Amino acid sequence: MSQLAYIAPSSPEEAASALAASGARPLSGGTDLLVQLRAGRAKPDVIVDLKKVAGAIGIREAGGGFVIGASTSGAVLGEHAGLVRAWPGVVEGANLIGSTQVQGRASLAGNLCNASPAADGVPALIAARATCLIVGPNGRREAPVESIAVGPGKTSLAPGEFILEFRLPPRPARASDAYLRLIPRTEMDIAVAGCGVNLVLDAAGAVAEAHVAIGAVAPTALLVAEAGAALVGGKLDEASLDAMTAAVRAACRPISDKRGTADYRTRIAGVLARRAALIAFERAGGMR
Amino acid sequence: MSETLDKPALNIVGTRPIRPDGADKVTGRAAYGADHSMPGQLVGKILRSPHAHARIVSIDTSKARAVPGVKAIITASDFPDLASEVLEGGEQASNLRDLSLNVMARDKALYHGHAVAAVAAASSEAADEALARIKVTYEVLPHVLDVEPAMAADAPLLHAHLFTEGLEAKATAPSNIAKRHRNVRGDPEGAFAAAEVTVEGRYTTQAVHQGYIEPHATVAAWAEDGRCEVWSSSQGQFMVRTYCARILGIEISDIRVTPAEIGGGFGGKTTVYLEPVALALSRASGHPVKIVMSREDVFRATGPTSGSVMHVKLGASADGTITSAHVDLKFQAGAFPGSPVGAACMTALACYDIANFSIVGWDVVTNTPKVAAYRAPGAPIAAFAVESAMDELARKLGMDPIALREKNAVRNGTKAAYGPTFQNIGYLETLAAIRDSEHYKSPLGPNQGRGVAVGFWFNVGGESTAAVNIGEDGSAVVVTGNPDIGGSRASMAMMAAETLGVPVDRVRPIIGDTASIGYSMLTGGSRTTFATGMAVVQAAEKVILDLRQRTAKLWDVSLDHVVWRMGQAECTDPAKPDKKPMTLAALAAQSARTGGPISAQVSLNAQGAGPGFGVHLCDLEVDPETGHVTVVRYTAAQDVGKAIHPAYVEGQIQGGVAQGVGWALNEAYIFDRQGLMENPGFLDYRMPVASDLPMLDTIMVEVPNPAHPFGAKGVGEVPIVPPLAAVANALRGAIGVRIPHLPLSPPVVLEALDSKAE
Repeated sequence: MSQLAYIAPSSPEEAASALAASGARPLSGGTDLLVQLRAGRAKPDVIVDLKKVAGAIGIREAGGGFVIGASTSGAVLGEHAGLVRAWPGVVEGANLIGSTQVQGRASLAGNLCNASPAADGVPALIAARATCLIVGPNGRREAPVESIAVGPGKTSLAPGEFILEFRLPPRPARASDAYLRLIPRTEMDIAVAGCGVNLVLDAAGAVAEAHVAIGAVAPTALLVAEAGAALVGGKLDEASLDAMTAAVRAACRPISDKRGTADYRTRIAGVLARRAALIAFERAGGMR
Repeated sequence: MSETLDKPALNIVGTRPIRPDGADKVTGRAAYGADHSMPGQLVGKILRSPHAHARIVSIDTSKARAVPGVKAIITASDFPDLASEVLEGGEQASNLRDLSLNVMARDKALYHGHAVAAVAAASSEAADEALARIKVTYEVLPHVLDVEPAMAADAPLLHAHLFTEGLEAKATAPSNIAKRHRNVRGDPEGAFAAAEVTVEGRYTTQAVHQGYIEPHATVAAWAEDGRCEVWSSSQGQFMVRTYCARILGIEISDIRVTPAEIGGGFGGKTTVYLEPVALALSRASGHPVKIVMSREDVFRATGPTSGSVMHVKLGASADGTITSAHVDLKFQAGAFPGSPVGAACMTALACYDIANFSIVGWDVVTNTPKVAAYRAPGAPIAAFAVESAMDELARKLGMDPIALREKNAVRNGTKAAYGPTFQNIGYLETLAAIRDSEHYKSPLGPNQGRGVAVGFWFNVGGESTAAVNIGEDGSAVVVTGNPDIGGSRASMAMMAAETLGVPVDRVRPIIGDTASIGYSMLTGGSRTTFATGMAVVQAAEKVILDLRQRTAKLWDVSLDHVVWRMGQAECTDPAKPDKKPMTLAALAAQSARTGGPISAQVSLNAQGAGPGFGVHLCDLEVDPETGHVTVVRYTAAQDVGKAIHPAYVEGQIQGGVAQGVGWALNEAYIFDRQGLMENPGFLDYRMPVASDLPMLDTIMVEVPNPAHPFGAKGVGEVPIVPPLAAVANALRGAIGVRIPHLPLSPPVVLEALDSKAE
């Protein structure tokens, strides 16, 4: 008969060593893991709760940017005025996960490492050019968010490795971001398509830097460099928006499944990218 | 709008007291099906078919029996092999053999999730391991899921013994068509030929689940002396008793069923799935056995209501008089016969006075879970087709949709399409309530559309028992045999309090087990406030008569000189001016001296349930780039007879609308090519969440039902009948094209927008 152990280490090194054991699964918010346990899809021998690890929960400003503890809940992110001001798109993506109750637990690291192509917390993080501080048995390393998920349910993390922090870069004055997703309902649902757009404007109000990331339209969330490039230098005129939309749709490699057909997903990704870009532009103080 | 009956003014009926079951529910004290436990109980689990259609070649349980902690394993061979027999007792008649085969597959598994074996073990883990070690050898058969393919001559046959009933010529070969229903009036073909305007359409709906929050759960114990105890969540403890006794071949007198608090039923808990299995496991193991379904089990093995393919044709004269109608309804029954297509045929044209019509219904078996009753079974499906066609007719005639319905409305004295003559109906008043509403006159915004649809449900009466027991302090306990799925305890307490003339908080309504109260039909058909309420009022009246008789003796006056008013006996004998009124509490305190305990029980078979009509108005907005639909405003008007507790009547109306909107917009079963359900959970089976809906406004129209002491009509089912068409008609208004297929999900709407652009 199977046995299930639970540990909650306080040091990152202890956590890494516990996670290196076979049959160990990390627990952050648990909003995916507990569902998998109940359904019998996950059968770990030991659950390593990472919420007690020093630095895993909390938000701090550092070097002009933000450091977010990987297990910080969506509710806490949403209540942090400074983070919301600087990265409204990152926060709105995180806050779309689950329901009000789920927001009390759900974390960005869990959302990222569950490696669902449709994770709502991920595209805006990628568009933000966020990085992860990864702790493992062999020490620490930093990696971009888009390098973590490598396919549905699969990550690039080695045995024992876990994400301790997310790092968001310093924010210039005229910059903002946005995340939009489409679901058939209004909440408690999984994205049919999602898109995060991060814009930095120059003194003249033109786009100096643009990053576009899409979710639920490929095995992992994708950073679409051509889409961002299409917006740079202008003020989101129709031609640049059309070019960006085309680039987004060209990058889509969705499957048809119970949540939507490939054609529908591709089309919607373009619609969402355009709308998210306009929202981010307006938030950044842009005038078309 | 409210009319008064020839009765004294009401003090309690029509007010909004806190529900007597409210505190238990919000504090978590309420004991639902899974909350009850018995000493020494085992965990029961069910092995379900992984195939949509397969012959069960053999079942080897030897390895499973060797798992430590496993106490019993049963299969169909542990149940009697029953003959076909029609059994009354549920919301609609059931076939005993089919009920038994649905509880446990015998020779064939007929749908993905069909029970094939069950285990009782000391722990959940041991039960799981035993399930994994049961070896079932299947011969997988071709399957058929949808209604029209199942009707095809070359379709895979579910039941070799099924011959279509209701044909002119007796069926000579078995098929998946269980029954044809037919109802013809006048000369529909001739009337079509003469019609100045006709509309015609093919409409389809998907199977949808009732979606109750509480999964099915039961604890059952089979004692050494053969006496059985069952605790379960259902819409009728007497139904559970009858079905368990018949499926297991034991005496009704040997089974006592206690109804647990119920976390939603909507018709889906008018049959048994787990109770006979738990009893059989208890018999085999010698221990009580508890079985609780997972949500996945609920989706794979219970409910839903039928998917359908329908055809409607309407003919009218240029002034809008409908002269002819043809309605053809093909309904998916699931694995066994018994879709609600009969009720759908009866309700389809119930709102209209039409001289010529033909209505044909087809009951068709498919490799999907056997359908169960779902809130006004069949009526919303038929109304989707008929009300969509009515909308098209109004457009073609250039008529206001309410004016068209008013012109053709049934009235008092109209012979209904399904037979009886309507009396005391409030349909025209309900149409007028919407026509005159601020909502109907309000402007629409960009990308918005407005839809109107109407709906009908019979409402029923039937057999009920109620007891009123007076405590020695003058308080009252009201015992009935009907599980409370829609606020009925509040209604029972209020009607008893009104009759007795005591405050409502002096009345405690409880639901008795099958050994503690007389027989009552299950809670369904919107019958409880009407029929059981009638029994409660009559029992209270018997108590009052008893109290008057006792008082007359105490005062030495004739019974005629004792009146019961405002909760006390008053003397009207001019010769005894000194007699002070005696309260219920005063009389109760001396009951031992006046004849013993004060109580009364009434059993009756209530007749005269008033049919209900609803008229719904839906505004929605479409996102033209994504096809996403948002309902932005909704008003539902309904003739409720008399609202006993108006807040719960409003809640019933709002609940019906919410379920109907979900049915219209997103709910659907998704099957893969092997016929396996891919979305057995609320994540991908998309019922609406609270934020999907605006405030649902209600208008209660009160045209009293004279058969009920306070004028009540059933209210719980009517409100789910119009929404499917109200939403679809609003969408037609918003996008300019008709989508005749549910659900109206974003990709479907976007495709329709594309087709319009082309």
